[in-house]
Amino acid sequence: MEIIMSVVIGFMFMAAVYLMLSKSLIRIIIGTGLLSHGAHLLLLTMGGLGGEAPPVVAYGVSVSDYADPLPQALILTAIVISFAVTSFFLVVAYRAYQELGTDNMELLKGTEDHE
Amino acid sequence: MKTNDVMLQTVTKVVTFIILMFAVHIFFAGHYTPGGGFVGGLLTASAIVLLMLAFGIRTVKKIIPVNYVVMTSVGLLVAIGTAAASILFDVPFFTHAYDYFELPLFGETSLHSALLFDVGVYLVVVGVTMTIIQTIGEDE
Amino acid sequence: MSNLLLFPIIIPLIMATILMLFPNKIKMQRLVALLSALVTLIASLFLLFKVYNDGIQVVTLGSWPAPFGISMVSDLFSALLVVTTSLIVLFVVLYSFPTIGIKREQSFYYPAVLFLLTGVNGAFTTGDIFNLFVFVEVLLMASYTLIVHGGERQQLRESIKYLLVNIISSALFVAAVALLYSVTGTLNMADLAVKIPQIENTGILTVIAVLFLVVFGFKAAIFPLYFWLPASYHAPPMPILALFGALLTKVGVYAIMRTYTLFFTMNVGFTHELLAIIAILTILAGCVGALAYFDVKKIIIYNIIIAVGVILFGVSQLNEAGVQGSILYLIHDMMIKAALFFLVGIVAVIFGTSNLRKMGGLMKTYPVLGWTYLVAAFGLAGIPPLSGFPGKLLIVQGGFEGPQFWGSIVILATSLIVLLSAVRIFIYAFWGEPVETEPLKKSAYHAMLIPSMLLVAITVFFGVGAELFMPLVSGAAEVLLNPSLYIEAVFKE
Repeated sequence: MEIIMSVVIGFMFMAAVYLMLSKSLIRIIIGTGLLSHGAHLLLLTMGGLGGEAPPVVAYGVSVSDYADPLPQALILTAIVISFAVTSFFLVVAYRAYQELGTDNMELLKGTEDHE
Repeated sequence: MKTNDVMLQTVTKVVTFIILMFAVHIFFAGHYTPGGGFVGGLLTASAIVLLMLAFGIRTVKKIIPVNYVVMTSVGLLVAIGTAAASILFDVPFFTHAYDYFELPLFGETSLHSALLFDVGVYLVVVGVTMTIIQTIGEDE
Repeated sequence: MSNLLLFPIIIPLIMATILMLFPNKIKMQRLVALLSALVTLIASLFLLFKVYNDGIQVVTLGSWPAPFGISMVSDLFSALLVVTTSLIVLFVVLYSFPTIGIKREQSFYYPAVLFLLTGVNGAFTTGDIFNLFVFVEVLLMASYTLIVHGGERQQLRESIKYLLVNIISSALFVAAVALLYSVTGTLNMADLAVKIPQIENTGILTVIAVLFLVVFGFKAAIFPLYFWLPASYHAPPMPILALFGALLTKVGVYAIMRTYTLFFTMNVGFTHELLAIIAILTILAGCVGALAYFDVKKIIIYNIIIAVGVILFGVSQLNEAGVQGSILYLIHDMMIKAALFFLVGIVAVIFGTSNLRKMGGLMKTYPVLGWTYLVAAFGLAGIPPLSGFPGKLLIVQGGFEGPQFWGSIVILATSLIVLLSAVRIFIYAFWGEPVETEPLKKSAYHAMLIPSMLLVAITVFFGVGAELFMPLVSGAAEVLLNPSLYIEAVFKE
């Protein structure tokens, strides 16, 4: 199972890099989303995939059956953060599109008073 | 061009309340099982967004005259306040208190100060999500 | 009062939240922002005093026992940085009144500054590597809003790149934390310091250490990861630039210093030599930039990069003189960069441009500004007895005692370039033919000059009275060099 997950993570990173290298801003944002999801999956996999019961204490479940709660807590935090950052990025991209009239990164190079 | 929204509007009138009830359920389920303020807040926000889609932003603003920035700020204050209350008792920050109470109607119920924290989280999530969506959706 | 060390984090957080409630009342915004920065400074001074007298302060959130809960640890090093940060934010708030403009003040400028303060103080205080990530995200989020604040064309364009770079480095941070957790099974820094020496396979740990160096290097702007910094920092207005230049890269530097002294010490021969080489390359790259541009903002921005290299070179030597020097120089650099940006900001306002070629002859009309700037520039270059000198002296000494003596020679040589780049601004802007300038209102000029002069005065005091601060600095260096002190303090709880 871990091996499949590793392949999936690698694939997500690959897709993310591909998307982030393109010129369109919206593709770049989708790429960053994929990148952070890949990182979250990595976090989940690295904690070990053993344990089927949710990490909330219940009667009649032996300790070894619980999933590791720490990666779950970390992922929840990381997801919330990437949710916030992605939505902020979208708003900024939208404003930039309105203000600058383009979403092509090729045209956003350099500075105004370039020496 | 005027599109016909009757289907959407009729369905929305029912579905919004189902989503809201489910949000409340998830919010309280977070006490001992998966769920909690964050998910509940997102569900509530999605219900409001559905209303906006069906009836337009201006109408919804009239129905729910809430300043979402203030809502976010109040939620943050509730959450930090709950955590900071532990300073008054001179125990480490974020230490929670809980006990079991005999409530009418509910029977023996456990009450936990983490619930207050979750209320704060709920308000923040609804506030932030709606602020973002309004910012993008408002200007044409 | 076990929670004392959290006050510099909680006070700005609560005050920022309250400030969000009434964005349009500017007088109240200013007053509350100033007061909360002041109270934060007082709380952090109390904390420094307490740590100095009673040793390392630890609180583990939620009353969980140490390796399971999130530990917040305040040793002398972090307490010193928290004090410096609070001081700088206080001055930035003061400097913002005349410069930032009413429009920005009405749209949550002060809350964003205070949230940034929360994040920076939290990152300096935390004792948990994932919690460090969270605080870094808090300060990044605040910095995103600040860098795009006002929504000018240049700001929008640069903030996209800034956002993208930081999102990538955050994703790498999560990945690095994941790998570290899989190898060690813990994320508490003190616990990591216990567990890492027990692991025999140092190869994988070295990889993780270098990955963390990349992650923090993005934030600290080390070679070759500094590419995003000059253009992004050039975009926002001056008070925000001062805030960023003084604080943001330093969080990355602090994280490298902490991790590379506390637990990534299993393969010093490789990781720390790499750090030393990168530090020297960072200095050289910064020097090229500082000499190449004719833009006052750009020159000081490239000096940030040089300073990052100098500080990291001191740490990489892992001896007493080097680490002490790094701590001194770090504190000096935070203050002097803020002061320089303030002063350069006044110059830019007077001329209405940041291009050096269009400046000249300010000495006749604004002599006080000129002399203050010269003192700050000499302090930056490390001319004795000003504040850059003791730190640089110790770093150079550490280099000669350590394995990379050639690094010290580079630092000595580049000091001249730093001096040249800073004095060049003086020569072009203050000497030469006077240029027609818009007359500046006396009150606005004084409102900008007074905080700048105060900050320069503090740096001068920090340099001349370095002997007074030495007990604090050597205490801070002792904890960095003896991880066992840190570990004992965390697990004693």
